[in-house]
Amino acid sequence: MSYSAHYDAIVIGGGHNGLVNAAYLARAGKSVLVLERRHLVGGAAVTEEIYPGFKYSVYSYVVSLLRPEIIRELDLPSHGLEILPLESTVTPLPNGDYLGRWADHDQTRRELYRHSAKDAEAYDDYGKLMYHLAFAVKPIVAMVPPDPTSLSPRDLLSLLKLGKHFRSLGATQFYALVKLMTMSAADFLDEWFETQALKATMSASGIIGTFLGPRSPGTAYVLLHHYLGEIDGSFRAWGFAKGGTGAISESIAGAARRFGADIRTEASVARVLVRHGRATGVALENGDEITARVVVSGLDPKRTFLKLIESEHLPDDFVDSIRRFKIRGSSGKVNLSLSELPKFTCLPRDGPHLRGAISISPSVDYLERAYDDAKYGNFSRRPYMDIIIPSMIDPGMAPPGKHVMSIFVQYAPSDLEGGWNETRREAFGDAVIDTLAQYAPNLPGAILHRQVITPWDLERDIGLTQGNIFHGELSLHQLFFLRPAPSWADYRTPLDNFYQCGSGTHPGGGISGTSGRLAALRVLKDWK
Amino acid sequence: MEAVNSDAMLKGTPFHSRTSALCQSQNWRRWSGHVVAGSYELTHDREYFAIRSSAALIDVSPLHKYMIEGPDAARFLNRVVTRDVSGCAQGQVLYTPWCDEEGKVIDDGTLARLGEEKFRLTSAEPNLLWLHNNALGFRVTVGDVSESTAALALQGPTSREILRCVTDADVGGLRFFRSMAAEVKRIPVTISRTGYTGDLGYEIWVDSENAEPLWDALIEAGGPYGITPAGMLALDVARIEAGLILIDVDYVPAHRALIEDRKSSPFELGLGWTVKLDKGSFVGSTALLKEQRNGSDWQLRGLEIEWESLETLYADVGLPPQLPTIAWRTSVPVYGGRHQVGYATSGCWSPILKKYIALAHLHSTHARTGTKVEMEVTVEHRRKRAVATVTSTPFFNPERKRS
Ligand SMILES: Cc1cc2nc3c(=O)[nH]c(=O)nc-3n(C[C@H](O)[C@H](O)[C@H](O)COP(=O)(O)OP(=O)(O)OC[C@H]3O[C@@H](n4cnc5c(N)ncnc54)[C@H](O)[C@@H]3O)c2cc1C
Repeated sequence: MSYSAHYDAIVIGGGHNGLVNAAYLARAGKSVLVLERRHLVGGAAVTEEIYPGFKYSVYSYVVSLLRPEIIRELDLPSHGLEILPLESTVTPLPNGDYLGRWADHDQTRRELYRHSAKDAEAYDDYGKLMYHLAFAVKPIVAMVPPDPTSLSPRDLLSLLKLGKHFRSLGATQFYALVKLMTMSAADFLDEWFETQALKATMSASGIIGTFLGPRSPGTAYVLLHHYLGEIDGSFRAWGFAKGGTGAISESIAGAARRFGADIRTEASVARVLVRHGRATGVALENGDEITARVVVSGLDPKRTFLKLIESEHLPDDFVDSIRRFKIRGSSGKVNLSLSELPKFTCLPRDGPHLRGAISISPSVDYLERAYDDAKYGNFSRRPYMDIIIPSMIDPGMAPPGKHVMSIFVQYAPSDLEGGWNETRREAFGDAVIDTLAQYAPNLPGAILHRQVITPWDLERDIGLTQGNIFHGELSLHQLFFLRPAPSWADYRTPLDNFYQCGSGTHPGGGISGTSGRLAALRVLKDWK
Repeated sequence: MEAVNSDAMLKGTPFHSRTSALCQSQNWRRWSGHVVAGSYELTHDREYFAIRSSAALIDVSPLHKYMIEGPDAARFLNRVVTRDVSGCAQGQVLYTPWCDEEGKVIDDGTLARLGEEKFRLTSAEPNLLWLHNNALGFRVTVGDVSESTAALALQGPTSREILRCVTDADVGGLRFFRSMAAEVKRIPVTISRTGYTGDLGYEIWVDSENAEPLWDALIEAGGPYGITPAGMLALDVARIEAGLILIDVDYVPAHRALIEDRKSSPFELGLGWTVKLDKGSFVGSTALLKEQRNGSDWQLRGLEIEWESLETLYADVGLPPQLPTIAWRTSVPVYGGRHQVGYATSGCWSPILKKYIALAHLHSTHARTGTKVEMEVTVEHRRKRAVATVTSTPFFNPERKRS
């Protein structure tokens, strides 16, 4: 391969957002170079065969928010993207029972009825309300945040004034939206349901990736995100990419290459070159310098502005707000290779529950207690877990008859008391397996290989500052026109010709590609 | 009340004992006087995705099947179908329509050359009488083996691996549209690399009395490869993605059309590639030659309905786009400017392409790839028009289908 010395654009970091960004720039005819530190692209969205024959979606494991317009505009299916449905969520309970939510509406209702006749009905009303609200906030998620100076950024509820959309909401929906913006997930769900396991499992979506518990205010808002996928013509809120999460990144990289982008791996950027207040290129760790008219960073805001750029090139108040940007990590991951399927005490036979999500979230108290551990600097002794068995959805993930299991875990605080090391990482892994063994006793004996990932590993291996999975917490004061910093939420930066496109920008983390796409559209608009 | 006489009931297929035990949804569909599963599970999504990502097992026994044998078999078939049978090697399979004297399509199916003088033809409608009538003067026999032959389609990327587990025959060497004799757990079968999904896949033909053990063998071996019994709902989406037409839905068989306008020629159905006018005369060839010279009035093309357009139409009533959850099979008007320029006959949301797609008959003036047309959509009881782009089919065409 040959690299021309000068590019129209350099994208730092080959995470999925960087790749989306590069693909859109290349599609518009620009010469683009992506520089990725690791030996493979994808960042938090990769598939790796760490134990021979077994493929792990090492970090990110399910997808719901990947924008349909990106799938269409980049023609990702022709590059191998296939998203398979994850149809159910089962919550095993300590008493040997379970709570299931299935693909079929009536089946779910019958199951909820078993736990609470009231909840079975409330569930439909709740779903309808969330559907409406998701439809109302969707335009915000899909747009570049407007200039906030005409609004009062301190008044978070001014978010609600955006768009004539909101005026069309009825009073009930309007108040519900206000509640969602301000309440805790647990409080919000308390108004609807009485079944503990249902409330806990639903509120879990509000705490993923945050350093908050289900009773912390602000966590309700994230409940909405789960309904966004549903109204976008993808039919199912959650899915699993065939070939693992890395297949998503590979398909985007394939599209970028087809449009002519160059992608270079094992090319770590040390510094952004700046001359007269504008970015002119990058210097690699190995000393190479590559120039470009525009530089785009797909790294998190702290890495981007505090590591790659000398602070003298940036305004002080901006540097300050980036320093204050909250980015504590709270999540870990355990990936397992299994010789046989887990047998859950509550559902001992093989069945559809093994093809969906399994959530260890028996009650809100359980989750809050898991959070309490983290608040005081420990990992949760009895953690919250979101589990899938990818080989049951895509048999290609493991050798025939064998399986892989993906366990997302909270809480594992980045600032563990006494610091992380290998011993404590494995102790964290043990806590996960011990907890799970209470629900599926055959599990420990079925493990052929185990990979434990803590925030410490996330920072070292894929460059997530403090191991925060979303490049910065998804709390309201860090969303929309405040992400990552006031006045700089439109993908531009205080440096001319320097842009940002990672999850640290609006609309935030998760595999959606929106940041990458909107940033590219911004760059192209500014191009003239 | 007296029970209904069992002769009056729709028949199950030879796999019924197995399929009925699995049919959780009790969603049955009629097919040529038989019942087959519409879907097995309560929703058909997983069955669809099995076709595209692992393997689906589909009971296609209700197909009509004819065994055509005798020294003149190839010559006879060359007279009745549009493809050139003289060049069809043993072990080869041809997809072909056949036409009436006016060159209008009567039916379509696959023709497998099982031996020098032996062919199996499949069709959607009964064709025995028509075949008999055309066989006059040829040294052939036409036998209806529809009842005595059961058939399973095993479709999807892992289908080859599954077959490898159950047979010693050279499955890996079997090319697209070829067939071979084989044994599956000592059961004699014919395996053809054919199907109605546009994916890697096989169809397995077996004597009806061996149907159940064949099903069991495949299900058992297929477990680790994600084998999933799939019904007609899933198949319908897959075949639209593959751009494969369906009789009675996308075209009216010439023999049943009450008026001329309902009939279609192979050219009009996108099957021009199957019409071999240089092979000598065959039923309908004079009319088809003329049509080829003068051009066809209609073409069957793909439509991609634009998402943004749907979004706008639905936003007007305060909703996100409402998509069909299963494939539809009704005739829907298609407009070019103020005039109707055609009609769509099947459509679905393609879960793999994340696109709303349809098959449409279009006036040749509006059939060129890239042409913008409008398809009628009903939004909250009101007729609206969504912008659509004319595309070529198949919509989805993975490399593995042929490799
Ligand atoms: C454990 C875990 C589980 C998750 N689960 C889910 C999930 O199930 N569903 C979901 O939607 N989201 C999930 N997420 C979040 C989601 O994966 C991320 O928000 C998203 O992938 C981030 O994408 P990105 O492109 O913005 O950044 P990243 O993926 O972080 O990409 C940044 C890239 O930059 C590279 N890089 C870093 N420094 C340099 C340098 N100096 N030079 C060159 N390259 C550099 C990195 O190697 C990386 O490839 C999860 C995240 C984690 C960590």
